[in-house]
Amino acid sequence: MSDTTAVPEVRVREAAGRRPAGGGMADHPLVQLTLVRFREFVREPEALFWVFIFPVLLAAGLGVAFRNRPPEVLKIAAVTAELAQSLGGEKLLDVRQFSYAAAEEALRTGKVALMAEPGPGGAVVYRYDDTNPEGRTARMLADRAVERAAGRSDPVPASDRLMREAGSRYIDFLVPGLLGMNLMGSAIWGMGFAIVDARRKKLIKRMVATPMPRHYYLLSFLLSRLLLLVVEVGVLLGFGVLVFGVPLHGSLVDLMALCVLGSLSFCALGLLVASRARTIEAASGLMNAVMLPMWIVSGVFFSAQRFPDLVQPVIKALPLTAAIDALRANMLQGSSLAQLAPQAAILGAWLVVCFTLALKLFRWR
Amino acid sequence: MPEPAAQATLRVRNLRKAYRDVVAVDGLDLDVRRGECFGLLGPNGAGKTTTIEICEGLTEADSGEVELLGMRWDTHAHELRERLGIQLQETQLSEKLTVMETVRLFRSFFRCGPGAAEVIALVQLEEKQRSRVGGLSGGQKQRLAIACALVGDPEFLFLDEPTTGLDPQARRQLWELIERFKLAGRTILLTTHYMDEAERLCDRVAIMDHGKVIALGTPRELIASLGAEHLVEFSAGGAGRALDVSALDGVDGVRDVRAANGSVSMQVTELHRAVPALLAELARQQVPLTELRTHSATLEDVFVTLTGRHLRDE
Repeated sequence: MSDTTAVPEVRVREAAGRRPAGGGMADHPLVQLTLVRFREFVREPEALFWVFIFPVLLAAGLGVAFRNRPPEVLKIAAVTAELAQSLGGEKLLDVRQFSYAAAEEALRTGKVALMAEPGPGGAVVYRYDDTNPEGRTARMLADRAVERAAGRSDPVPASDRLMREAGSRYIDFLVPGLLGMNLMGSAIWGMGFAIVDARRKKLIKRMVATPMPRHYYLLSFLLSRLLLLVVEVGVLLGFGVLVFGVPLHGSLVDLMALCVLGSLSFCALGLLVASRARTIEAASGLMNAVMLPMWIVSGVFFSAQRFPDLVQPVIKALPLTAAIDALRANMLQGSSLAQLAPQAAILGAWLVVCFTLALKLFRWR
Repeated sequence: MPEPAAQATLRVRNLRKAYRDVVAVDGLDLDVRRGECFGLLGPNGAGKTTTIEICEGLTEADSGEVELLGMRWDTHAHELRERLGIQLQETQLSEKLTVMETVRLFRSFFRCGPGAAEVIALVQLEEKQRSRVGGLSGGQKQRLAIACALVGDPEFLFLDEPTTGLDPQARRQLWELIERFKLAGRTILLTTHYMDEAERLCDRVAIMDHGKVIALGTPRELIASLGAEHLVEFSAGGAGRALDVSALDGVDGVRDVRAANGSVSMQVTELHRAVPALLAELARQQVPLTELRTHSATLEDVFVTLTGRHLRDE
């Protein structure tokens, strides 16, 4: 066969029926592919729940469970009316007058932290459990009240200034963690299940049989993910800020940039996870194997610093740790993007390595 | 001027493909002419799908040549994709999209072609265009798959078992659709394991078995190659009275006799002479007739004669 045989034949029906697609941008393959991704997601109510509603419920539940309570008032028992009266001057103590036996019973069962009884010669005896912090606190407060009621004046005047600032509470720690976890989950699940399902149904093979450029197919996943990201981040952050007053000390543009970078890295990881698997079972096993360790060690619910120093370098190199550290620093400390360069570099490295590997390994049929 | 092979719009030479433990295609040659509907007929596992997927550029052959519309896959893959229409055997289109959304998606991949609505009308799914794919019947899904193959106004259409698993009415609807494409002058390569489908739709048929073409020709030629137009199948005998089958060879108008599982199958040229002669022979041997069937020869009989097996057995 010479090269001339490779010249395409003349079209059979040049005029009839063949015409370019109208419709402009809307009929661009990348737009159509992205629209399809979007529609498939929106028409799956379960996915909507897990991506949008669940993180908010989780934040609400944990926020309520770990909310900071007002300083506690300690219950103590006084055996005489005089004692009860002198102790009543302390706001942080709730004083009840009991009979001797009833007071002993209340102390033993933990209903009161301390019992005050008169001693010989105008003295006071405090009965409490010194291994119980509440008991020790009650001892100090009670003694101060008794001494002051008896006329003691403090040589050094002291006053209190209370710090209860937003940003140091558990919910403030939690929201950036949940945000990072959500970025990872929605990217890896979103990519993983959709790709493996399309491969299982021979839909990828069917697409490859058309003139569609293959990179459009992968790009459409990233684009639809970024579109959904706006909603996803908005819902969780909006909830945190409006309901719990979680602070946003850093620049919002930086925060969005971090979310985009994080999401892209997790998308690349998801693509890699889904690059070979032919069944949903195989893919979900892989996805869990990738995500479960990070949920535990990357500091979603508690600080990653609690793990031994030996494994800290490994933990720090994980994409979820980098993402959550950067989000927390931006939101709570107001760190700039430049200060977060190490975390951004880690995320960028995951993005490039995973994406390159995934493209090499991807099974197009 | 052009020799017959040069007219071929699809030309396959000495194609081979082996998977780990089986040889799927074993030295296959094919020529499909422009404007014809060519059928690959064979049982499951004969290598039909592997052959068609190599021609579609989806599977790489171990060796051999494929030339399609004067082009080759290694040099003109993109141009070929623009000009081919492909329906795969097991594609499940996304159930959450509507018919219209699905066709528009596929339409967007091709440079030229009819509009999405036009293609939907062509496969008669106008009433369903806003329905989700998940709610379509099997026949409707298959028509949608064909619509997706037509969006690029292809010159060459590949259909891999287009009617497998459909009920008779849906099959007939699909046949009418395929016949209209033939009238429009498109070249079609289709695989099937239904002999009636091949007889009705195909201008020429290659019968495949174990990765090879074992017979090639128009359905009429292949049936004529049996040398007999009819088949007579009967069961005779019963307790204590066995039939002497060898005596049947001499019966008037009978070409070939096979006996299997207590029933006898004869290829017959002239039914009106063979049946009375058969009855007379049975009467002579005093063997009672328990069952008698005759039918015109089909491609199935060609396959049985060539391989000793039925198309749908395995």
